[in-house]
Amino acid sequence: MSTTLAGVAVDAEGFLLHPEDWTEALAAEIARGAGIDELTPRHWLVVRFMRHRYLATGTAPTIRTLGKASGVEMKELYQLFPKGPAKIAAKIGGIPKPRGCI
Amino acid sequence: MKHIVILGAGTAGTIMANRLTRLLTREVRSGALDITIVDRDDQHLYQPGLLFIPFGIYERRDIVRSRHATLPHHVRLLYGEIDRVDTQGSAVVLTDGRALGYDVLIVATGARTLPGETAGLTGHGWYENAFDFFSLEGAEALRTRLDAFPGGRLVVNVMDMPIKCPVAPLEFAFLADWFFTKKGMRDKVQLTYATPLDAAFTRPVAAARLAHLLAEKDIELVTEFNVGSVDGTAQRMRGWDDRELAYDLLVTVPLHGGASFVGRSQAMGDDFDFVRTHKYTLQALAAENIFAIGDATDLPTSKAGSVAHFESEVLAPNIARFLHGVPLAHDFDGHANCFVETGHDKALLIDFNYDTEPLPGDFPFAGSPLPLLEESRLAHQAKRALRWVYWNLLLPGHAVPGLSPQLSMAGKHAAPVETHTFPDPRAPQTKRGGAVK
Repeated sequence: MSTTLAGVAVDAEGFLLHPEDWTEALAAEIARGAGIDELTPRHWLVVRFMRHRYLATGTAPTIRTLGKASGVEMKELYQLFPKGPAKIAAKIGGIPKPRGCI
Repeated sequence: MKHIVILGAGTAGTIMANRLTRLLTREVRSGALDITIVDRDDQHLYQPGLLFIPFGIYERRDIVRSRHATLPHHVRLLYGEIDRVDTQGSAVVLTDGRALGYDVLIVATGARTLPGETAGLTGHGWYENAFDFFSLEGAEALRTRLDAFPGGRLVVNVMDMPIKCPVAPLEFAFLADWFFTKKGMRDKVQLTYATPLDAAFTRPVAAARLAHLLAEKDIELVTEFNVGSVDGTAQRMRGWDDRELAYDLLVTVPLHGGASFVGRSQAMGDDFDFVRTHKYTLQALAAENIFAIGDATDLPTSKAGSVAHFESEVLAPNIARFLHGVPLAHDFDGHANCFVETGHDKALLIDFNYDTEPLPGDFPFAGSPLPLLEESRLAHQAKRALRWVYWNLLLPGHAVPGLSPQLSMAGKHAAPVETHTFPDPRAPQTKRGGAVK
């Protein structure tokens, strides 16, 4: 059930299958697909936090982690990513969907 | 003389005390090794039993025992409040100033609920029209309220992951359906399940199956609902995305965190005070003589008693290896095994690990009478027998027949059924109908 986006393998929901395929240009394209026309420095702060945490820990942060540790308040997170900050920022950051463990 | 200190005499800590006493019996009896376990009181709570309190199935006396009764004679139970761990100096500092030096430290202090971290939740209406059932007081207060509930909208809600026993809120919704049906007033109660996840559960095949069960029982499913605040006077929750959810009775699973001393101990915890732990060895990342087990860890598996049990089978020998200067085994695979009570004397079993999601099939092998991911009376009987198994087999650290520490693919069907969600890209690639291993 995988397809490609700009030549890069993604799953059926559009999350990158291989985080190492990620580039900043790709991030901008994924963002446009998610209804975010331009990635501002505030968007980038969140996206880079997500990606950094995932690469360091192997787990994609949840919304609660974002609110607590990304440096951006919850209210603003929803203004930046109205369709779900953790999910959309993970997608733009080229990492798997946050699952909140199990 | 070597000292092992275990923090927390709950499920994981008690199992470890019993297992280590047996595994290292010569050292313990000769006095070459002593084991101390620290907790704040003498009340051991059988936490899986909390779910049944609000429905009048269990009472307090059914789920509480003395910690002393669950521990071996050679283990010293010490009462105290932990201030912090000096991870470099290998000492536990208690709030009264006492210090306990250790050669090996095992952190088993579990997870706690933090209802106060959600704006408004513990304000007006708390324990009147809004309850948790992860505490004995909450579960008992809720029982009284459920008994008198005249009807209306009952919302079962999870604030955010991770939580202990992630299936418990679903079980609560299923049991509420059964409870009000039995009382002959199901038509007066609107049941809603609100979750921050984008499905009924975290993993796709089980999520599809559980969503189907919710629909069958006429329980409304609200997804991606992240609560920003609760207004107990107006009886509504407000999401961060400004959606609102009104309730007559709210049954919530509050935010969770690890023990607060973890946050005061250098390099030990994550953002929520869970102990940063090696996935396969259970060694803490903070220091090589610290280990963690059970709900206290940050591991990407369920916070559940079965997980603590499987971890103990890996951790006890690893601690013996550490004491004897032998390399640790990378044996833990994230194995979890949960009975999900679905009401009307039925339950369903799920069995999974870090890499393999809950799959349908038979347990523990093909042809066994216990189906996976499918409701059965046998699973319900097994769930009820769990209380006996807990006190008599799990806590003493005995092996449970048919349960191996690592997940087995025997009897499991690797091809997903009726799933319309999406595969985890990190999960093993499978062909339809083929076996994973």
